Order: sequence, then C-alpha cells, then structure tokens
Amino acid sequence: MTAIQGARAVTAVEGTTRIPKPLRRIGVHVVVVGLMAIWLLPTVGLFVNSFRNEDAVASSGWWVPSSYSLENYQYILAQSSIGDAFINSLFITIPATIIPILVAAFAAYAFSWMNFPGRNLLFIFVVGLLVVPLQMTLIPILRLFAQFGLNGEFLAVWLAHTGYGLPFAIYLLRNFMGSLPREVFESAYIDGASPVTAFFRLALPMSVPAIAALAIFQFLFVWNDLLVAITYIGAARPENLPLTGAVSNLVSSLGDGWQLLGAAAFLSMALPLIVFFALQRYFVRGITGGAVKG
Amino acid sequence: MDPRLGTAIIVVVGVPAVLVGYIYGTELLLRFAPERQKGALRPWLWLLPALIFLGVFLVYPTIGTIIRSFQNTAGTSFIGVENYIWFFSSGEALVALRNNVLWLVLLPLLTVGFGLIIAVLVDRVRYESVAKSVIFVPLAISMVAAGVIWKFMYAYKSPGEPQVGTVNGAVAAVGVDPVPWILNDTLALNTIALIVVMAWMWTGFAMVIISAALKGISAELLEAARVDGATEWQVFQRIVFPLLLPTIAVVSTTVIITALKAFDIVYVMTGGQNDTNVIAHLMYQEMFSFSDFGRASALAVILLIAIIPIMLFNISRFRAQEAIR
Repeated sequence: MTAIQGARAVTAVEGTTRIPKPLRRIGVHVVVVGLMAIWLLPTVGLFVNSFRNEDAVASSGWWVPSSYSLENYQYILAQSSIGDAFINSLFITIPATIIPILVAAFAAYAFSWMNFPGRNLLFIFVVGLLVVPLQMTLIPILRLFAQFGLNGEFLAVWLAHTGYGLPFAIYLLRNFMGSLPREVFESAYIDGASPVTAFFRLALPMSVPAIAALAIFQFLFVWNDLLVAITYIGAARPENLPLTGAVSNLVSSLGDGWQLLGAAAFLSMALPLIVFFALQRYFVRGITGGAVKG
Repeated sequence: MDPRLGTAIIVVVGVPAVLVGYIYGTELLLRFAPERQKGALRPWLWLLPALIFLGVFLVYPTIGTIIRSFQNTAGTSFIGVENYIWFFSSGEALVALRNNVLWLVLLPLLTVGFGLIIAVLVDRVRYESVAKSVIFVPLAISMVAAGVIWKFMYAYKSPGEPQVGTVNGAVAAVGVDPVPWILNDTLALNTIALIVVMAWMWTGFAMVIISAALKGISAELLEAARVDGATEWQVFQRIVFPLLLPTIAVVSTTVIITALKAFDIVYVMTGGQNDTNVIAHLMYQEMFSFSDFGRASALAVILLIAIIPIMLFNISRFRAQEAIR
C-alpha cells in the first residue's frame, strides 16, 4: 500500500502537466452532470409545454413560467383518437409478445438439447435472418394478407410481429438454454422424464431471466413500432392504428400545437417508461447478453 | 363491452394453449412412430411452428421481393434491372443514398463516441446508475415520440418573433439569428439534425454495452500501469481502449444496421422533404404514394445488399463465440 502511494507521489511530482486530483474530479462531475442535463432537456421541454395552454405555447418558450393544467391531456383523451389508439396498442402488443416467445422457446429447446443432422447450419441460417430488413418482407406479405382479407386486422400484425421477432428470440433463448447445466437434463431423462416434461419443468423455469429480457424487448419493439403498423393496418383500417400511428398522424394535422402533441407523445411513452423503470435490470442484462435485434 | 376484448382474451389464452397442446400432441403422435425414428423426428416437430413463421414471414417474402424488384410497376412483366438503373440515375434516389451514407457514418461515430466517453466518466462517479438511466431512457420510447420531442426542440419561427423551440431559444439568447434546423439543406444540415435525434436515442445502447465491457477489465492491470507511472490518458489510450475495441465493433455493427433502416424519424419529422429522404423512407413512398412495387422492391433489395457484409461479420463473430463455448 505504502509502496503504491509512494510511486504515485513520485509520478505526481514528475508529471508536470498533471492537473491536481480534486480539480479533475470536479471536471468529471461537471461533464457528467452537463451530459445528463443535455439528455434530459429535449424531453423536459415538451413535457413542460404539455401542461401549458395554447396561447402560452405559441407565444413563449417552455422555460417562461405560466399557468399549468391537465387540460391538454383531458382534451387529447376525449377529442382525438388517442384513447382508442392506446387500447389498440395494448391489443396489438400483448399477443405479439406472448406468441413469439412460446414458439421461440420450443425451437430454442430443440436447438439446445436435441441432436439432429444440420442443427448448427440451420441455427446459423436462423440467426442470419436477424438482419433481413423488415422492408424486404412488406410487399409480398401485404399481398398475402390481402388474399386472406387480413389487412387492417390485428391478426395480421400479431402474425407478422411473431415472424419478425423469432430470429432474435430463438437466438437469445438458445444461447441461454444451451448454457444450462447438462447434468440436470441427463438426470431427468434417467428418471424417465419425457422431453416435454423436461421442457416445461426444467428448461422453461430455469430460463426465466432470459424470457423476461426477451419479453421486455419484444414488448417495446412492438409497442414502439410504426412501420409494420402503418403498412398492414394504416392503409386498410386507420381506426385500428396503434399509438405510434395515431401520434404521427397528429404531427401532420396539429402542426404547431405542441401542447397537444406533447400530451399525446407522453401518453404514448407512459407504458414503455413504466416497463423500462420497473424492469431495467432485465433490460440491460438482455442487451449486454450478446446481441440486440437488428 | 368492447367486441375486441373477446378476441384478445381468446388470443392471449387460446393461442398459448394451442401451442402447448401442440407440443404435448407431438409426444402422443411419437408413440406411434417406430422407436428408432422417434429421436430423429422429435426435433423437427418442436421446430415446426418456428420454421413455418420464419418461412412465411421472412424467407418467402425475401425471395418474392427479389423477384418483384425485376418487374414493372404493376408486376405484369419482367423489365430486367431497370428499377436498379432508376435508383442510380434518379436525383431523388441518389439524395436518399447520400443521406444513408451520412447516417451510416455519423450515427455510429456519435453513439459510440458519446457512449464511450459517458461509460468511462460515469465509472468514476457515485451516481453512476442514475446517470446511466438518464442517458439510456430514450431507447425505451418510440421513434415517433422521439420525433415529436425533437421536432419541438428544432421548432423555428422567423427572426423577431419569440422562439419557442429549445435550440433556437438558446441561439436567440446569445443574439444569433434562429436557424430552421430541419428545413435547411445547406451542407445537409437537416439530415444531420435528424441523425442527432437518433444518436440521442442510441447513445445509451452503446454506453450500456461499453460500460459492461469496461467493468470486465481487471482493476489490477490498470493499477499496475498506474504504479508504473502511466497517466490516466495513457492508461485509457494504451490499455482500456484496445481492450474495448471488440465491444466497440459489436456496437458499431448494430448501430450501422439501425442507421441503414432509419425510417420512423424521417417519416415523422420531415416526411423526406428538403432533401432529407433515406432509402427506407423512399421505399415506403414508392409503395404507398406512387404504388410502384417494382421500385419499392428494388430499394428493399438494395438495403439487404448493404446489410449482407454486416451479416457476414455477425455470423463470423457468432462462430468465434461457438468455438469458445
């Protein structure tokens, strides 16, 4: 310990250009707090404006004090399609989160704990599908849905989001299931458990951390999606649009009505933010776990 | 109450029940299979639902789009590479291409640059988790919401009028004329303004991953360098940064793919006007504004071709991981 301190003292004397430590610490704090402020500022500005009235918003910046009320939120929920769109978003997101996770879990289990020829090749192919841009699929799927009369229906986006979400879901779950201890499954099979029992009693419960991370990703991805929604729903039945579609329509119709746009945007952000702050740990673990959806 | 509620309940309860039932059903089915084929058959039954979804929603449309890109507007005849020739000769498409290149270069630079700086700095303060949450949270909101937030940031009123947008408010406060950020296409200023929005969202992503890698660097190694008289900058430059490079490569590939597929921000903030279009947005316009599915397909194929090198990189990284496993 003393040797290290001694060495430090020596280098401190030798390094003539070095800035004294307390000053450096203050510098770090200034930069970090400054960056935090810059990152918060855009959101804070619109948030403040969503509580101000129309005249105040049009004539002065959000930083100018004025009266604040919930009127904009009441108006946007009562007058526009935002209330309906919120329900639509829920209808779209919940099934589109549950279905791909279950389908991916079956596949991930087969990839992890069953032997079959071409297993690795097939898995690499599935992972390769991760980077097929959504745009590649829009036109043929649109025509396929048209043949079945599905355009504008929730079922269309449930199915599409399941397909789009699978490569990442399989990748994440397979990596997690594959790293579970082999002995657990071997002893279960010796005790006469069938693969189905091993899957539901062992693999699935042990994969809960990965499933949680995946559920958050898929939930946020679907909730925040615009392209899939406006392509498969927007053109045929605008009344079924989720929040993202409804808010982006407001952007063109409201123009400079920032107080209403702000209220609508924050309504659309409420649920993702709650999910994010409640489950941040899983979210971060999922991201650092290896990959993220392309 | 709501007729949709019934449907939703059926889907939320019914579909998982069907899928779980399917897996149990396969076991029943396999009882009738000859003993030797059970092991060979079972994995394919487990994979079947996923393979159907992947086939219908990714493989089939990818092939379909490639074929469609060689057809005319109505899809009635093959016209060779005409749609691709259009892409490389139409002014509008070339602007989109130029903007995508800008996105592709600037977005990784900004996100990785800020992500690295923030990850290194927050490592030294006690309120690290709060600071990280603040930087990270924009990633959880939709690009539509981010677009609204930043359209307001950039809001512009002519000089003399009170500025309501945050950026122009600050600009006016120091006595400079306000700038119409997302209208001004001089030096692609408006496209850069849009890229900043995306960087604001994705810096948290880069920061979280780089920060995790940073925590994995052994403290003894850094302390040893410091004992040997290395300055903090030398420690960063010679030890920390090289060790972070593989992580930075991973983050960059993901951000590059995001940049290539940029759509929502452009759709919400400018609608592609004033030379801010990008390929993904131009494709949407060709689909729904001009109903030219041939050109739209060609644009999608161009996106895919741009992504393939990154895909190969990702797969090789995956193989390297497998080798360690």
